[in-house]
Amino acid sequence: MRPLSPLIAALLVLLSTPSLGMEFDKDWVIDVRGFALGNFSGRTTGHVPAGPDGRAFILGEERVRLDLTGWTDAVDAQIRIKLDGVHDAVADDFEAELREAYLDYTAGDLDFRLGRQIATWGVGDLLFLNDVFPKDWVSLFSGRPLEYLKIGVDGLRARYSTDFLNAELLAIPRFEPDTVPSGKRFFLQDNYASVTDRREDLPDTTLGNTEVGLRLYRGIGGFDVSAYGYRGRWRSPGQRADNSENPARVTAIYPPLSVYGLSAQGHAAGGVLSFEGSYYDSRDDRGGSDLAVPNSQTRFLVGYQKQLWPEFTLGAQYYVEVMDDFDAYKRSLPAGFARTAKYWDIVTVRLTQFLGHQTWKLSLFAYYSPADNDYLLQPQLSYKVSDDLSVALGGNVFGGEKRTTFFGQFDQDDNAYLNLRYDF
Amino acid sequence: MKPLLTRLAAILLFAGAGAIQFGHALGASADEIMTRSQRAFHYAGSDAKGRLTMELIDRGGGKRVRVLTMLRRNQEDGGDQKYFIYFHEPGDVRRLTFMVWKYLAREDDRWIFVPAVDLIRRIAAEDKYASFVGSDFTYEDVSGRDVAEDTHTVVREERLGERDTFVIESLPRAPSAFSMRISWIDSENFLPLKEEFYDAQGELHRVFTADKVEDIAAGEGREARVYPTATKRTMKNVKTGHRTEVSVNAVTYDLGLEDDDFAERRMRRPPSDWIR
Repeated sequence: MRPLSPLIAALLVLLSTPSLGMEFDKDWVIDVRGFALGNFSGRTTGHVPAGPDGRAFILGEERVRLDLTGWTDAVDAQIRIKLDGVHDAVADDFEAELREAYLDYTAGDLDFRLGRQIATWGVGDLLFLNDVFPKDWVSLFSGRPLEYLKIGVDGLRARYSTDFLNAELLAIPRFEPDTVPSGKRFFLQDNYASVTDRREDLPDTTLGNTEVGLRLYRGIGGFDVSAYGYRGRWRSPGQRADNSENPARVTAIYPPLSVYGLSAQGHAAGGVLSFEGSYYDSRDDRGGSDLAVPNSQTRFLVGYQKQLWPEFTLGAQYYVEVMDDFDAYKRSLPAGFARTAKYWDIVTVRLTQFLGHQTWKLSLFAYYSPADNDYLLQPQLSYKVSDDLSVALGGNVFGGEKRTTFFGQFDQDDNAYLNLRYDF
Repeated sequence: MKPLLTRLAAILLFAGAGAIQFGHALGASADEIMTRSQRAFHYAGSDAKGRLTMELIDRGGGKRVRVLTMLRRNQEDGGDQKYFIYFHEPGDVRRLTFMVWKYLAREDDRWIFVPAVDLIRRIAAEDKYASFVGSDFTYEDVSGRDVAEDTHTVVREERLGERDTFVIESLPRAPSAFSMRISWIDSENFLPLKEEFYDAQGELHRVFTADKVEDIAAGEGREARVYPTATKRTMKNVKTGHRTEVSVNAVTYDLGLEDDDFAERRMRRPPSDWIR
């Protein structure tokens, strides 16, 4: 996660200033909550990557969350700050991680949220089409609790709610990339493995670079229907080599992207049925021939969820990405580079069983890609020792036909993890 | 299925000309009692708000606590309803909200909002016999069961504690979570004071008791009303020894909740006077 932005810093100063306004003076109520969390994840394959943080443990961290909410009866507003103090034993590092910090304000049919905030769109279950907001893939692949999959964005959200139509507009002046696994801690496929000079070219925080997302939604015929539009950038980096013949330097770039999509979710066939589609317009490479910039693509998802017996739920999804200019992509690909499929598809299954008055939870989430013939299995057993203390044991099992595909590349990163959480 | 056989035998015994009419009359009044009971228990007021503390207590006395605010709006009396639930405790589900649009004629719509990931999602709602937040209450216990789903018979009238009650036997018309339910309905305010649920083997499975009933006033002047409310309730699973005790606090009726109070907007940002 990137350091504190000026926007957030300003917001924090603003919020901590007691003389903010006359009516704000005395009536603020502050509620402090939080939890202590330990995440420990060990590689089970016996291999240790060569990177600087290559250890038997992928995660060895303790976190303390402070969760502050402040509100007043004087205005329809509240502030929220979620701050994690993290000790990372793998990198031997202490740091403060500002998960969220925002001000909520309501005026009539409009709700505003200003500051760092987590945003989630779409109906996919761990598959993302119109959810273009930053994600921490390291968390997902190494066993941090689910909430750490999402990274906050710094911006302003406005929501307009009426009987006829609801709208949500999000403006994000400061770009936040995905956190993707790196060679520091993971075994992975890297087309430029021999290149050590690595740079990152993050977009400047300017008005022109401000990302804008719009979601329009309402109920139609028993379904929740949303339309989405986004203008911003690819969150996962493209790799730009200084020359294609004999690269000496590789720069991570975040090329311009626009996304347009639709989703619908409702009751059907005795369960919950979900549809989502989106078109990814890769604005800097509409011809599809630039190797460093992802091709434009169409994404489609259908999902179904049903309770089969008390406390047992089954979920299944089919997802496919269709590359726009596969021939151009193929032509641009140097020899020896791993090639992705034109139709890249994934099937997922989620099984959840609660036991013992929902104190025990057994779950399995499985990704399988027919196109790549690779998979990721995520079994988990969790137990609530008491209302405050919970423990989860789980695993991430990667595999596949090749070590160059999305899940297959992490074949040597199989891990088992333990989460311990105490709420206060 | 012993109770069903007993009942069939009783009907056959009364299969004389006059006896059938008697049976019909008794059945109709049992339906009426159950309808009034449902209105008093699940439909009191045009809407309602309360803070529930649920204690889930296992056989050994181990206790887990859920604290939640529940709002309900009747779309029409005895008809469809909307529910909104906000979790205060325990910490791992704090601020989570849950919304149900309950329909008599079809499956309910249910949504959950998980604030930690800013996620609103529909959840599969087929199983109304599933446990409500891990307690001994099912979703159906919380939001009520359509009177027409069972055939009801007044078995007797008897005194339960200090109150006069109708004792009603209810047999599901279609397979259900219970094979028979015996209800003790207060003959004055029609609240269910006790219910026994029998399982498929005809054995006693769960027992509900209304442990404390209070009169809650609402409105003023000519609009003033009083709603008798079971403010302490227990559901005990006699087979496992597990029980759930609920106390309902800060109950208010007829708040004037609007239809659009039960929408995504409120799930994401519940008004402070609902939850504080």
